[in-house]
Amino acid sequence: MFSFDLLLGAIVLGTLLGCFYAAVSIGLSVSFGLLDVPHVAHPAFLVLASYGVYLLNDRYEVDPLLAGLLITPLFFLLGLFVYRLYHETFERRGTDAAVRGIAFFFGVAFIVEVLIVLQFGVDQRSVTASYIGRSWRIGDLRIPIRQLVAFAVALSLTILLTLYLSKTFMGRAIRAVAQDQEALRLMGANPVRVKQWAFGIATAVLGIAGALLIIVAPVEPMLDRAYIGRTFCVVVLAGLGSMTGTLIAGIILGVAESIVLTMFGASWAPAIAFAMLLGVLAVRPQGLLGRRL
Amino acid sequence: MKSKSTGVRFWIGAILFLAAMLAATQVIRNEYPFFAGYIILQFVVLAVAWSILGGYAGYVNFGTSAFFGMGVYTAVFLVKATGAPLAVQIAAAAGVGALLGFAVGLLTLRMQGIFFSIATIALTIIIETTVTNWRFVGGAAGIQIQRPPVTPPFDTYVQMLFFVQALLVVLAVAIARYIQRSWIGRGLQAIKDDELAAECTGVPTLRLKLLACVISGALMCAAGAPAAMYFQYADPSSAFNLNYSVSALAMSLIGGTAHWAGPVLGAILLGVTQQFLAVTISSEVNVLILGIMLVLFVVAAPEGLIGLIRKIGNWRAGRAT
Repeated sequence: MFSFDLLLGAIVLGTLLGCFYAAVSIGLSVSFGLLDVPHVAHPAFLVLASYGVYLLNDRYEVDPLLAGLLITPLFFLLGLFVYRLYHETFERRGTDAAVRGIAFFFGVAFIVEVLIVLQFGVDQRSVTASYIGRSWRIGDLRIPIRQLVAFAVALSLTILLTLYLSKTFMGRAIRAVAQDQEALRLMGANPVRVKQWAFGIATAVLGIAGALLIIVAPVEPMLDRAYIGRTFCVVVLAGLGSMTGTLIAGIILGVAESIVLTMFGASWAPAIAFAMLLGVLAVRPQGLLGRRL
Repeated sequence: MKSKSTGVRFWIGAILFLAAMLAATQVIRNEYPFFAGYIILQFVVLAVAWSILGGYAGYVNFGTSAFFGMGVYTAVFLVKATGAPLAVQIAAAAGVGALLGFAVGLLTLRMQGIFFSIATIALTIIIETTVTNWRFVGGAAGIQIQRPPVTPPFDTYVQMLFFVQALLVVLAVAIARYIQRSWIGRGLQAIKDDELAAECTGVPTLRLKLLACVISGALMCAAGAPAAMYFQYADPSSAFNLNYSVSALAMSLIGGTAHWAGPVLGAILLGVTQQFLAVTISSEVNVLILGIMLVLFVVAAPEGLIGLIRKIGNWRAGRAT
């Protein structure tokens, strides 16, 4: 049963998959990791973005990646709006914001799911592009081109966001607000505006991530439920708010899933992300490279 | 004095409720009201059970579906292995639920806020995946279950299940009410307000949370057990559906978690609306209503229906004087 080639293949494909996982989680790494917003609706917005891409691709034959880029401004606005609502109703009132916040985002996720179902139905949807459906052979290993495209875009997206957070003025302000909100206020900046901007960026990134999601595989409205586990697993394993950690954690998850898939079959795959998440929470809650909880 | 008289009134109310339900099963010939009523009663049990940990202690448990599904599959397993009667299935499910609650509590109750919630979702998916891979109870494809002959005085099996679920409602509410009024409830309330302060003043926080998790888990599992016979079919993805978790939470928050009547009210309101909508429009709109009501109440009425009723009461009292 066991063969070295199979394992090697699993590791290669897992690494590609892992970068993709990092790309879909990196927004959550900002919104939940840095801003402490219990954003359970993040995967629902991700699937929503995929449907946006599907719409543009299906109606106007726009390339999926370009379509992802086109819907990014809309998602930025969506992020601004959602954060404003969350801030006004939960953060400012202060009382058990966590409990109600989670319930709020679950409600939002359900609403998004159903709106997608009502608009597009429950069938799977996919996009068409020249690089989808072909694959690249190295020896016995077949790598689908769509995986390579997703890998490349995911990697650049993660690197760009990391640079943005460490090199630009606004990026540094975002990291500052995560470290000490009061200090930022004393410096004369408005922490709420900074957080709102950061949440906008975190949601805007979903435009591209959604394009990757539908490039890698067909999407269906309830797909966000599988990604709750994956995205939170990556963000917690990374260590809250660490962008480099997000990339490493994504690859670990991708390789783990792909090995389990080859060794034990697809029926065990959904539990991997959650089992890792539980393990991390129990053993090392600060994650790989994170700040202390 | 006052608490004693409300106690008597509560039990008279409970007996009247059960008598009315029993009378209904004898008088009404149409099957449909019991089909719909069963689901509503089931959600009352789930919401009340959820609020023991989620409402009183403020730990948002997303594992309702894990407990519910375990209840379903405990019943399935017993029916398949031994053909045990319904009462045994429910009792066994309650036992399994208590054990699971204990295990889940030990593993997750040291986490706080969203980490606890995420950990409970994680456990749900892990348990679901395990059951999916367990051939004996049908695996991913699910399993058909044959109903045994019905016991008199009931005419049909659904009527009997309906009455059994009504009994579970009374049991769940009585337990929730007892907890709310005893030192356990006060301790849980203290944990919700400020866990660190509670710990410092000598409240045995972990033990109280574990107790709440065990009781709430046992009730949720018991509520799930009759579902196997109700649907005559069980499969992992519907038995462990996340909708149960969100429904139980939404119903409790919509009703208000400060009083045991909150989840009951919320479950009846939402359950009746959903049953009505599922018949008249579609089950998708059902979930939409759930989401919208949840968001609306969390944003606009954080104390739930109970809070709204109290506010109106205060306002009236203020105007009268």
